[in-house]
Amino acid sequence: MEKEFTVNVFSENHIGLLNRLTIIFTRRKINIESLTVSESHIKGIHCLTIVINSTETLVKKIVQQIEKLVDVLKAFYYTTDQIIYQEIALYKVPTEALTSGSEIEKIVRDYSARILEVTPEYTVIEKTGHKSETQELLNKLKPFDLLEFIRSGRVAITKPMKELMVHLKEKEQEFDYTNS
Amino acid sequence: MQITGSEAVIRSILEEGVETIFGYPGGAIMPIYDALYDYRERLEHILVRHEQGATHAADGYARVKGDVGVCLVTSGPGATNLITGLANAMIDSVPMVCISGQVASPLLGSDAFQETDIIGISMPVTKWNYQITSASEIVEVMSKAFYLARTGRPGPVVVDITKDAQFGMVDFKYKKCTRLRSYFPYPKVKQEDIESAAILINNARKPLLIVGHGVLLSGAQKEFEDLAVKADIPVASTLLGLSAFPTKHPLYVGMMGMHGNYGPNVKTNECDVLIAIGMRFDDRITGDLKRYARQAAVIHIEIDPAEINKNVEVDVDVVADARQALKALLPMINDNSHADWIASFDSYRDEEYKKVIEPKIDGSNSGIIMDEIVHLVSEKTGGNAIVVTDVGQNQMVGARNYKFNKPNSWVTSGGLGTMGFGLPAAIGAKVALPDRQVIVFTGDGGFQMTMQELGTIAQSNIDVKIIIMNNNFLGMVRQWQDMFFEKRYSFTEISSPDFITVASAYGIEGCRVTKRAELDEAIDRLLNSENSFLLEVMVEKEDNVFPMVTAGESVSNIRLE
Repeated sequence: MEKEFTVNVFSENHIGLLNRLTIIFTRRKINIESLTVSESHIKGIHCLTIVINSTETLVKKIVQQIEKLVDVLKAFYYTTDQIIYQEIALYKVPTEALTSGSEIEKIVRDYSARILEVTPEYTVIEKTGHKSETQELLNKLKPFDLLEFIRSGRVAITKPMKELMVHLKEKEQEFDYTNS
Repeated sequence: MQITGSEAVIRSILEEGVETIFGYPGGAIMPIYDALYDYRERLEHILVRHEQGATHAADGYARVKGDVGVCLVTSGPGATNLITGLANAMIDSVPMVCISGQVASPLLGSDAFQETDIIGISMPVTKWNYQITSASEIVEVMSKAFYLARTGRPGPVVVDITKDAQFGMVDFKYKKCTRLRSYFPYPKVKQEDIESAAILINNARKPLLIVGHGVLLSGAQKEFEDLAVKADIPVASTLLGLSAFPTKHPLYVGMMGMHGNYGPNVKTNECDVLIAIGMRFDDRITGDLKRYARQAAVIHIEIDPAEINKNVEVDVDVVADARQALKALLPMINDNSHADWIASFDSYRDEEYKKVIEPKIDGSNSGIIMDEIVHLVSEKTGGNAIVVTDVGQNQMVGARNYKFNKPNSWVTSGGLGTMGFGLPAAIGAKVALPDRQVIVFTGDGGFQMTMQELGTIAQSNIDVKIIIMNNNFLGMVRQWQDMFFEKRYSFTEISSPDFITVASAYGIEGCRVTKRAELDEAIDRLLNSENSFLLEVMVEKEDNVFPMVTAGESVSNIRLE
């Protein structure tokens, strides 16, 4: 059965790695729902967070293929209940819409969003949360001549307590680098 | 003292112990070719006629030599011509390093003359690739390229070098790469997996061993044979595992898969423990997965963790280099005997011989059958030649009929099925091991795909024995049209030039055989010729290769006719 999986990849920050990684998905005709690349807490190690809809059998195989990439240190996959995750969304509305009534301000408060910037022409609102929440706010703001909307990829923190370096140390123990 | 980046490339290749490279010069690789000129006595360069030929030659070289094959090509079309050969090496796990020239780094991305994004293009068909834009990177990247190509599950690597990096100056201090933080080539053998495998093997009543390419790649032929003999287990081979286990060994029961032998295919679905070593359960081996070895406990010994449970769900996986795994396994294996089980293959062997093999080789057919030719060559060479094939019927007939005595003696395009592979791969094999007899079986179709490499043979004086089995058809596709497309022979009839005249234009001796009576003598002439020889045999036009597990069918339902 298909469901949502979050794939976490820890890798060297090398040119071309992202391309190699996406090929693994596209070759199997799996659409990437969202993708975030950032530095991890360990210097020199980058983290890619990829959200896909797939079956567990397939995601398992994909993670194996990802781990095979020369520049990848470790890859994991999680179901949505195994992670704490957020996405950030930005909304641009005409400032006029705020000044003509207090409704937008109420919406911002109700949705625990915040106003980032106000100019005479436009106002930028920020909301972090799950996709359903940022989507709901989008629907609320649409009637106010919404000018622009953007949502980031997912960032996720995993619930399991085992730290990345422990995983990596364990992995190092499991392999030799030359065939002696 | 500083040297040019170009010289550093050549010296890196020498540091890695490479004796021969295959290539084709062009604009963006000229500085490296210029440096090569000074090293031409130490580093042999074979000038091919097309870059694809270079890749297949490097592939053939790597397979028989058990080391890295190297190609040197220019940018743009030179680089794109590598792709088929890279894909071929990738899917068959062949170690290769291909060096391509690139436009100068300030021109990157400007659509400069002969600029192509070879890093982007080759990504899906390489184990790793990298673009060098500064001479200072050369040593580190070259050593990394060779390390990655030859370690773990081997594969092809592309190193793209911009022209300014070739011209740049660098201090040359070579240091071999021995590890990378993010690369894990050799999984350590886990004792508990070995124990689980040993229990299954020791208690098996009807065990069956499959020898794959990984056994050859890890040099585990002896350990494999020790296991088979000690536990008394019948051995079947994958297409790429051929020659790892002597064909005439009493425990050898034949080849697995689509055109494999009757017994091992049927018995896959009768055995109680299936032990697959260094192979990846390709669909041409398994047929319908839902009806593949369901009754058996499957033990999979394989170096690549991504292959475990990829196609076949296994009971015990030993993720390790085949030789290391077998060395750990052997002491735990009991001496055993499975005489009845092994004898149960006999009736299948006899039936296949009577129904399929004998009628093809007994001379009863009016036309010459391909099997007769391979059979004769096998006898006359005592199974000691290196056999290279192209792809299609010639390949399957070669695989089925040659009786191998020595390991690493079989060079064929397995996973990709690359027509045109045969001739250039044979060149590479001969260059790698000049003391061995190298024979290539090819068809009239595949030969025409890369026959320009006759020029390479002529210029570099390479002794390759070429046997074209000409049926005026793209035989394997015609066979499928015959069996599955109501004999609608859509564009499979193919004409050929006079191959003997073509060969003679290159100064290569040859002869054509149209009658069975001439065959024996012609093969003797080929085998005894001092230089390359091209033998064209006009064979039965519409003969089909059997047995056959038709696509999507169960291996149990292998057809004998």
